[in-house]
Amino acid sequence: MSDPGVDTPAPSGGGQLPRRKGFGAETVFRTGTLAAGTLVLVIIVAITAFLINEAVPALRADTANFITETEWFPNQTPPVFGIAAIAWGTLVTSVIALVVAVPIALGIALYLSHYAHRRVATTFGFLIDLLAAVPSVVFGLWGFTVFIRPVRTFSIWLNDYFSWLPFFGGDGPFGRSFLLGGLVLAIMVLPIITSLSREVFLQTPVPDQEAALSLGATRWEMIRTSVLPYGRAGVIASIMLGLGRALGETIALALTLGFINEITFNIIENGGNSIAANIANGFGEAGEIGRGALIASGLVLFAITLVVNMAARVIIYRRREFTESAA
Amino acid sequence: MAKRVEATGVTAYYGSFKAIDDINLNVEPKSVTALIGPSGCGKSTFLRTINRMHEVLPGARVEGRLTVDDEDIYAKDVDVTAVRRMIGMVFQRPNPFPTMSIFDNVVAGLRLNGVRRKSVLQEAAEKALVSANLWDEVKDRLGKPGAGLSGGQQQRLCIARTIAVEPQVVLMDEPCSALDPISTLAIEDLMFKLKDSYTIIIVTHNMQQAARVSDRTAFFTIDRTGDPGRLVEYDTTQKMFSSPSEKKTEDYITGRFG
Repeated sequence: MSDPGVDTPAPSGGGQLPRRKGFGAETVFRTGTLAAGTLVLVIIVAITAFLINEAVPALRADTANFITETEWFPNQTPPVFGIAAIAWGTLVTSVIALVVAVPIALGIALYLSHYAHRRVATTFGFLIDLLAAVPSVVFGLWGFTVFIRPVRTFSIWLNDYFSWLPFFGGDGPFGRSFLLGGLVLAIMVLPIITSLSREVFLQTPVPDQEAALSLGATRWEMIRTSVLPYGRAGVIASIMLGLGRALGETIALALTLGFINEITFNIIENGGNSIAANIANGFGEAGEIGRGALIASGLVLFAITLVVNMAARVIIYRRREFTESAA
Repeated sequence: MAKRVEATGVTAYYGSFKAIDDINLNVEPKSVTALIGPSGCGKSTFLRTINRMHEVLPGARVEGRLTVDDEDIYAKDVDVTAVRRMIGMVFQRPNPFPTMSIFDNVVAGLRLNGVRRKSVLQEAAEKALVSANLWDEVKDRLGKPGAGLSGGQQQRLCIARTIAVEPQVVLMDEPCSALDPISTLAIEDLMFKLKDSYTIIIVTHNMQQAARVSDRTAFFTIDRTGDPGRLVEYDTTQKMFSSPSEKKTEDYITGRFG
């Protein structure tokens, strides 16, 4: 018997079931999403090709070793420039940012997920997320007009008592330093690490937490035996994402670093430069070689961030496998 | 190693919702007591008041008096972690710590108590696993993850973890509801063995299970949805299943509950 609502063309199967539609919303949707996905790939490839194309002539003209040279004078003749000092600055400021931000962020995240009253946690969590929405130029301006004062005082104090450590030596002036840049970055990555870690901690299965509590664990012991092991991979991934942000930050560092290209462990003396800040400050007055040189440095930064992001993905992916097998 | 549990006028709330009202119940040491009743009747809530796990939920609180060998466990200056060490709990779904090995799971409670000596931990782990009828199955793979065991083995691992700290009372919240019949039988056998040393209180939906394993049975019910759960009848299991005094109990046990 045939369904009155469906056209039944010449039966190819048993002829009883409705035929598949040739063209419809499904096809449109599939094509649309495929196009969107492909577009992203095309854009990435196009950008990369353009950047490499711009960078290669500048790298050819470079009379120094691009990897090991610390100076950055691409506009003089002959051009002398290298990535070493600015890449160093990028790494140092990011490391300072993470060393400061990670313990604070994890403390806040645990407080919000396991200690604070629900209403407090919601309000506080909202404020943290708001911090992530502050434009980086605001952080930069605040850093070099306001925050620099306490940091300078602190730097002088560190220099007075700990100048025997390589990080805190030198004769000044202090202030526009790796320390200032790193601390501003720390404030900027804090909300990322906090809110992602909080999410992970909140997802800890209740039975896991009750297992610990029913054995007579205190709140902290419960966190140690069930929440932290469960959240470890997620926390690492959130740190990686924070690191990605710190590595790529431009304007805040352009405003807070002292612009001296050198590879130094001293983090309190005026000085320091980073890849992104160097691009922001140098692009306007750059000649043709200068532009290519900056683009080359941007490619290096791109590679560093790519590696960090890929590492984060790998960790997140491993975590997913782990939680699936445990369920 | 087994103590008497006495509940006097125990009333528990979730926020403003009264979940159980005025429960009076004495549990004898070295016996198995089953709590039965329809879903939502408050038997699990009552169970969780006995080791003060009820108050873990935000807004949850308990009124009335609960004593373990005449010691008021809700007294103001009592350390709640000490109460939970004395009164162990096995949950509905097996919940071994997923990141820990079998060995680390069993000794987790001891480690929380500050035991560090490897020899002490090994001895205690073997003893607990033997008591939980799991030793022969896992003795060659103590370093493997606890989450890799079968459901029934995981539940016995959780029982081993609970008894490794040598509690006075063991609470079990529907410990077999996620298990197949063979694993259920293994756990029931285990309960017979454990009642020589422990006071056991078990919540179950399975009437045959209550009849098989328990010495005494308490029947809880609610009159209407939204009403607090209350204790209808509490007697020896034999009496409860052959000639209960209350009509409601008889209806429930014979399946005419409605």
